[in-house]
Amino acid sequence: MSIKGKAYIMGAYEHPLRDAPNKSTPQLHAECAKGALEDAGLTKDDIDGYFCAGDAPGFGALSMVDYMGLRNVRHTDSTETGGSSYIVHVGHAAQAIAEGKCKVALITLAGRPRQNKFGFGGGAKPGQLSDGPPEAGFENIYGGSTHNTYGMCAMRHMYEYGTTSEQLAWIKVAASHHAQWNENAFLKDVVTVEQVVNSRLIADPLHLLDCCVVTDGGGALIVTSPEIAKSLNRPKVKVIGAGESPKGPQGGRSLDLTHSAAVWSGPPAFAEAGVTPADIKYASIYDSFTITVLMQLEDLGFCEKGQGGKFVADGNLISGVGKLPFNTDGGGLCNNHPTNRGGITKVIEAVRQLRGEAHPKVQVPNCDLAIAHGTGGSLGVRHGAGTVILERE
Amino acid sequence: MSETQTPPAAEGRKIPAPAVTIESKPFWDAASEGKFLIKRCNACGEAHWYPRALCPFCFSDDTVWEESPGEGVIYTYSVMHRSPTGPYAIGYVTLNEGPAMMTNFVDCDLSKLEIGQKVKLKFQPTEGGPPVPVFSPV
Repeated sequence: MSIKGKAYIMGAYEHPLRDAPNKSTPQLHAECAKGALEDAGLTKDDIDGYFCAGDAPGFGALSMVDYMGLRNVRHTDSTETGGSSYIVHVGHAAQAIAEGKCKVALITLAGRPRQNKFGFGGGAKPGQLSDGPPEAGFENIYGGSTHNTYGMCAMRHMYEYGTTSEQLAWIKVAASHHAQWNENAFLKDVVTVEQVVNSRLIADPLHLLDCCVVTDGGGALIVTSPEIAKSLNRPKVKVIGAGESPKGPQGGRSLDLTHSAAVWSGPPAFAEAGVTPADIKYASIYDSFTITVLMQLEDLGFCEKGQGGKFVADGNLISGVGKLPFNTDGGGLCNNHPTNRGGITKVIEAVRQLRGEAHPKVQVPNCDLAIAHGTGGSLGVRHGAGTVILERE
Repeated sequence: MSETQTPPAAEGRKIPAPAVTIESKPFWDAASEGKFLIKRCNACGEAHWYPRALCPFCFSDDTVWEESPGEGVIYTYSVMHRSPTGPYAIGYVTLNEGPAMMTNFVDCDLSKLEIGQKVKLKFQPTEGGPPVPVFSPV
């Protein structure tokens, strides 16, 4: 598909300041965004694609989308190629628009090198001004970690929906049943619900065995054109749908930690693929913690919101036993979570399943349709969701 | 300066100095005087958290600081047990003005925290920086 004629630049704004001692870098980004929107005659709620590079402080685009309160962003790109990034972004934005991934893309650049007495990156020495992620001063002080920010989600989910620790434990139990067949798995022992709920509390209400492993290692993927795929002597795994979205506290109004950005990344992926959750034969679901899996299954539509506890109980995620075999490599909970980023292993096990190359004890019969879904960042603060639907050809 | 003599929140967990930016400096200057400020937008009337120069709801740059009594209810919490300096509680408080903010819960029995519980703000000293807002059950 060519981008020719598929996208137009309709707003442009250059910040008037050349010396900005009294504005933060995020503020300059936002003022540029506001100027370009006014130039175009659009509002920030029209923006559904956001592009930034390394000058935007924070975790990729997550900090800036949240800072600006961009509620409808369903496509982000933080490709970094130095000063040329924003030209590359125009090309990438045109691709995304041509493919229907977004309709209104915002590209921002801002910074204040003249104020270089300020540290970049948020770590401030006492008495010194910082110019890092805008949320840093209001969040990094409270001892938030992956454990307790996910713990806050689990606590609220239990409060609103009556989810129990035993139900969460079933997710780990299912992963352990799969990991026993994986000779490379970090943890190979099958565990019981009792062992999970009796393991020591890490961050209320999450126990040690609700948490994923910490492992070294890595992974890689090759994605090709249909012509090259045809020329190769391997089973073909076709990408038939994709969706993505960020989510954050966005000003603190209507904070809801019981759902993830999967509520926005899932539906466009299923729609593009032309399938529904009921059609999926195998699911790779990011499992940094048991609660991560439960919330994402609900948000992707595998069960109703709040019913995740019942859905995962009694082995329903165990291959050959339940209705939705998940993470048949043992997942992040038992097998691998290389460099604390589990997204790539989710795709890798989905590929094994679709090729029929998973371990025979966990291989899903006639596995022709799979989903790989992940959450990066923190479910309890700001995070980005990615969903892909994969089909065996 | 209300550099209170309250013991550190988490039985020894020291709170690092917050990263103060040119945008958030008025908040931290007020905190050093024992005042808790939030931002409200003159254009749409909404209060938001954390404080920003541009309203995250309507994108107006007409936002103003407003002193808040710092009262609200616990939205959620988690007691962190994996801590070399002893357990501490992180959570979100929904302020009576509307927005929810991340915080710590201090000076209370951490095993008795409950979602929906009423809480009140106090300032906690940090390591060489301005004090930070934390909450205790009323």
